[in-house]
Amino acid sequence: MTANSRIWHLVLILAIFSAPLVIMYVYQVIDSIAQPDPGSLVPGAIDLSNWRFLWERIDTGRPSIWVVTFNTFLFASTTAFLVTSLSATAGYALSRLNMPGRPYFLGGLIILHAFPTITLIIAIFIILQFLGLFDTLLGIILVKAALELPFGVWILKGFYDTVPWEIEMAGVQDGASRLRVWWELVLPQVKPGLFALLIISFLSGWSEFVLPLVLAPGSSTQVLATFMNAVIQDDATADFGLFKAIGMFYSIPVIVIYLVFQKQLMNIYGGGTKG
Amino acid sequence: MELRLEKFTKRFGDTTVIKDMDLTVGSGEMIALLGPSGCGKSTTLFAVCGIHKMNGGTLHFGDRDVTTVPAQERSVGVVFQNYALYPHMTVEQNIGFPLKIQKLGKAAIRKEVERLSELVQIGELLDRRPAQLSGGQQQRVALARAMIRKPDVLLLDEPLANLDAKLRLEMRSEIRRIQRETGITAILVTHDQVEAMSMCDRIALMKDGKIVQLDTPEQMYSNPRSQFVAGFLGNPPISFLPATAGAEVVLANGQSIARPRDLQASGDLILGIRPEHFGPQHGEGLQGEVIFVEPQGREELIDVRLDGGGDIRSILSAGAPIRQGDRVNWGVATDSILAFAPNGVRV
Repeated sequence: MTANSRIWHLVLILAIFSAPLVIMYVYQVIDSIAQPDPGSLVPGAIDLSNWRFLWERIDTGRPSIWVVTFNTFLFASTTAFLVTSLSATAGYALSRLNMPGRPYFLGGLIILHAFPTITLIIAIFIILQFLGLFDTLLGIILVKAALELPFGVWILKGFYDTVPWEIEMAGVQDGASRLRVWWELVLPQVKPGLFALLIISFLSGWSEFVLPLVLAPGSSTQVLATFMNAVIQDDATADFGLFKAIGMFYSIPVIVIYLVFQKQLMNIYGGGTKG
Repeated sequence: MELRLEKFTKRFGDTTVIKDMDLTVGSGEMIALLGPSGCGKSTTLFAVCGIHKMNGGTLHFGDRDVTTVPAQERSVGVVFQNYALYPHMTVEQNIGFPLKIQKLGKAAIRKEVERLSELVQIGELLDRRPAQLSGGQQQRVALARAMIRKPDVLLLDEPLANLDAKLRLEMRSEIRRIQRETGITAILVTHDQVEAMSMCDRIALMKDGKIVQLDTPEQMYSNPRSQFVAGFLGNPPISFLPATAGAEVVLANGQSIARPRDLQASGDLILGIRPEHFGPQHGEGLQGEVIFVEPQGREELIDVRLDGGGDIRSILSAGAPIRQGDRVNWGVATDSILAFAPNGVRV
């Protein structure tokens, strides 16, 4: 009974502290599909006109929402794929191969991960300009992937560290090359880590705002974050209903991914030590 | 196939772990590398299978020099202490993996897997995954996988260390049976003397990177070359008592026993007396007090503190009317005494 009552206390405290967030989300949904009376918290008639961006252009100067969504998806998924595949090899090397300067490399990874991106933005801008990748999706994909890599390498190194050496030794004794041992015997053991990293870097790419804003400002490379920014920014009278509806649209994939892949995402914090 | 290791030297950084070691394992023979942790037995094993590079010396399988041959091409089967089964594969895929690497056809692999699973008696488990098997079954799978390529040499690295006592007994005879049936040359690495003595044709006892004695289990037990060997083999262990040999042998505590007939040396010695060579069945001679009685079911271990100092152990059939605190006067089978010089060398 005491345990139960303690849980009730927790629930109450959590409810109080998360109420503002929950209320915000509730009104996000309500306001996107209803016309509120001024000054009233009670929604009036249902009105779907805020969602008009789905079937028409909200004004002529802007790209269609579907092009923008496709851009965002391309940006996030390519980044996730790049980060995961590079981390899979780099993490293995750092975990297993006895290369010179390994401790410094590992320390460097942590520093890079902690480094605030925004302080690098001018240098990155100049590099992209020089390479002719400014205002292209490829440019921001490369930049985003590079900035996500330290985290990914570090996480996957941790997963590789839990794979017993003997499995690799056994593979070599069975006649397999090192490459084959890695691909067929070791990689399957870190699958939970690969999967979690794939999802996390996809979500990170999906919500990226600063890099596209600064490095790909053109309308043909717009992603949802910069699209929303533009909608709220340049109208004389801001259309908050429209803004909220696009916000909803933007967050639906994130919510779905979290609901579907919760278990895999938790893996990354468990360190992948499940037997 | 005969395995010949000559002048094997291994260094890790600046430390020389093994220097100029020679070891020959006859064709179809099973040999134990026995020794305390850190004696270099696993290092030797890893050098034979090719995971460690040798810093000196040569290794031959039969007439083939494999000193510089990479592990993949050595034709060595290894069973690891934790079995190292591939967790994401079924038992059948695990056992068949070495053949898959050799690009054999599916039917051929299936046939070989069935032959091996019959040999190690796990035919009904082929569809399971390693996590669904008991320790003993995993062990059998590891054995089958190590042997499916018909390797020249089979290496077993502490294969029984992770098993419980009953399974260990069962797998001891199983491994021996499989090794005999296939006639494969095998090396067993272990720190357990019982395992080494019960499973192997010969034992190489190692200490500090050297083989201190290479002999059959019987010879090693009854005719140890040094105090270290005598102390390492035997369960319950041998007792050592310092003594001086003259016309008769006087122990450091002042008591004396008859001089063993074939003892050549005189002066300061260390006597090694095995538990079965001390007790009432050998008459009288040494006086002391029973300080500990340890029942072991069929037998009892009795620790005696001799008058004037020194402990000696005896083993008697259970039911002997001996209690802690009893005064005893028991004899020693003097001709079975092992005598060592103060530096530990047998005399």
